[in-house]
Amino acid sequence: MKHIDEYRDGNAARAYAEAIGRITTRPWTIMEVCGGQTHSIVKFGIDELLPRSVTLVHGPGCPVCVTPLELIEKAISIASIPGVLFCSFGDMLRVPGVSRDLLSVKAAGGDVRIVYSPLDALRLAVEQPGREVVFFAVGFETTAPAVAMAAHQAVRQDVRNFSLLVSHVLVPPAMETVLSSPGNRVQGFLAAGHVCAVMGTAEYEPIASRYHVPIVVTGFEPVDILQGIHMCLRQLEQGRAEVENQYARSVRPEGNPAAQKLIREVFQVVPRKWRGIGEIARSGLGLREAYASLDAETRFGVAGHTTEEPPECRSGLVLQGLLKPHECPEFGARCTPEHPLGATMVSSEGACAAYYHYRRRRG
Amino acid sequence: MKTENSFVCPIPIQQYPQVLLAHGGGGTLTHQLIEKMFLPAFGNPLLGARHDGAVFDAPGHRMAFTTDSYVVRPLFFPGGDIGALAVNGTVNDLAMCGARPLYLSAGFIIEEGLPMDTLWRVVQSMKRAADDAGVQLVTGDTKVVDRGKGDGIFINTSGIGAVRPGPAIVPSSVRAGDRILLSGDIGRHGIAIMAVREGLEFETTITSDCAPLAGIVAALLDAGIDIHCMRDLTRGGLASTLVEIAEATALQCEIEEVSVPVREEVRAACEILGFDPLYVANEGRFAAFIPPDQAERALDLMRQHPLGAGAEIIGTVKTGSPGLATLRSRIGATRVIDMLSGEQLPRIC
Repeated sequence: MKHIDEYRDGNAARAYAEAIGRITTRPWTIMEVCGGQTHSIVKFGIDELLPRSVTLVHGPGCPVCVTPLELIEKAISIASIPGVLFCSFGDMLRVPGVSRDLLSVKAAGGDVRIVYSPLDALRLAVEQPGREVVFFAVGFETTAPAVAMAAHQAVRQDVRNFSLLVSHVLVPPAMETVLSSPGNRVQGFLAAGHVCAVMGTAEYEPIASRYHVPIVVTGFEPVDILQGIHMCLRQLEQGRAEVENQYARSVRPEGNPAAQKLIREVFQVVPRKWRGIGEIARSGLGLREAYASLDAETRFGVAGHTTEEPPECRSGLVLQGLLKPHECPEFGARCTPEHPLGATMVSSEGACAAYYHYRRRRG
Repeated sequence: MKTENSFVCPIPIQQYPQVLLAHGGGGTLTHQLIEKMFLPAFGNPLLGARHDGAVFDAPGHRMAFTTDSYVVRPLFFPGGDIGALAVNGTVNDLAMCGARPLYLSAGFIIEEGLPMDTLWRVVQSMKRAADDAGVQLVTGDTKVVDRGKGDGIFINTSGIGAVRPGPAIVPSSVRAGDRILLSGDIGRHGIAIMAVREGLEFETTITSDCAPLAGIVAALLDAGIDIHCMRDLTRGGLASTLVEIAEATALQCEIEEVSVPVREEVRAACEILGFDPLYVANEGRFAAFIPPDQAERALDLMRQHPLGAGAEIIGTVKTGSPGLATLRSRIGATRVIDMLSGEQLPRIC
């Protein structure tokens, strides 16, 4: 498969691993921002190829993991309303709310469906005008354009039985939160390739210079990640802190202007709660006034609901790179994929689930 | 010994007050249901062997007996249908016990309103599959439930087969050093079903691998291959089979990622959906645990059979990490293969 096989090539991977070994003279800590990268690292065993002095910590870039409990509870409330057709990306369905998840709502008779695109949800609304169709709009800048397109078309076509439960989040503010936390260990970043394919690379320049950290826009296959680590370490060893692009086959410096325009038309930047971390200013996207009629929170009267995060889940520390999943006392004991205390144990991109599936029992 | 009847539901109600789809997904929740509810309720040595079928002595003969129920949506899909699945699935479970399938029963639970033509097509398909597998369908039952109380048609088949003389083909026969053989490419059935069910369109139509395995297994046994254990890869895929065997034998099953054949179109579909082909369902593939000195000959025999043309030796049984299935990744690192807790869910991005 072109664009996959050459980036999973064992020889190329080992060559980069050796090159990393040659240039590394000191201990360094690098954070991969995106959950897809975390999953690749653990699945392919990329970190096993690195020198001991290089530590990878896993960042907050898993959309399932950072969606706050409060939003999950709102989703469960709305999906439980008789007649509502609740649409979601697949991996949100198993994320635990306070006492149950969306799959349990489905088992109890709720109409909860997996869709692959927000436009599929809009199509369901057009086909079933007598029913309220709600789409659970989660994700980073990667999924926001498709949701914006669904919102745009819903308004243009006057589809009144369609609404959005919005919990979009933005990557750069999360990186700044990591860098400003008192216990921060992160010295360089692998930025999320697909987020940058949409947004471009310019917004990372101020972070690189303000915090003096190298930021390498990186892809998701083993060779991508090893090359990204190599580029990041080279900057660290040379004392540079620049934005570089490893993932040039997908990412242009300006990103995708059409997608950005659509995002700006439909969404505005808002404060957003992150699961396990708390509220971060200007870290999310919410619907603009012109699209407020699509807001499911208002339509179903759940806007004012608040939910406290359970204290025993330390996913916030994991998401900020302050705790490795297996260092958590609940890991694999009270917290398993069957009974997750937090979303990092649920999503296939969650750091805790990745460690549980691929590393558990290795000791 | 005094036995106590337990009136407490063994599946903690506070965790699962209702049956979830994942309880039928072939992963951890399915295993929990079997271990906590079915095994304690019906426990006996034959069931406790936890094999694909029960092997027992009928006076003068060694027999295998198995049952399976088939619920699939849509009823017809590229490469098969519920009728072919119902025959082949049970035939395959018997074959995995080293048995020659002889007789099947069929129980139909039909939803009121099912077009008679649909039933006829299913029955014709079962007839063809039974002829191909050399089994006879000798007893059956039909029930019709109210409209809305079923999903078109559900089929249960049970099967009896004659076990050949020779060493038992069971997990406990697996030894360190055994090579792990896979009869062909994996993941086609699951992706074929998913594509039709979800309306996903790929450049080529992915067809299910649904097929009867009794013939290819007979070819191995006829040639005198000392098969230690076999498993057909159904729900839960190759990964679940390797985990089951590793746990049952307290040995390590290690496979090489690059040796596991996956067709280009299945790999592409899995990349798009965020699935791992190791966990995707199959209906015409099996893994065999073969002594090392016979592995190459077994591989040749498999490849000579139409259903084993793409067979590969994918790994080895070891003593290093007891009870673990592991994978050497294509970049040379080793990781654990785990069982999934339920169905794989498509990823966000």
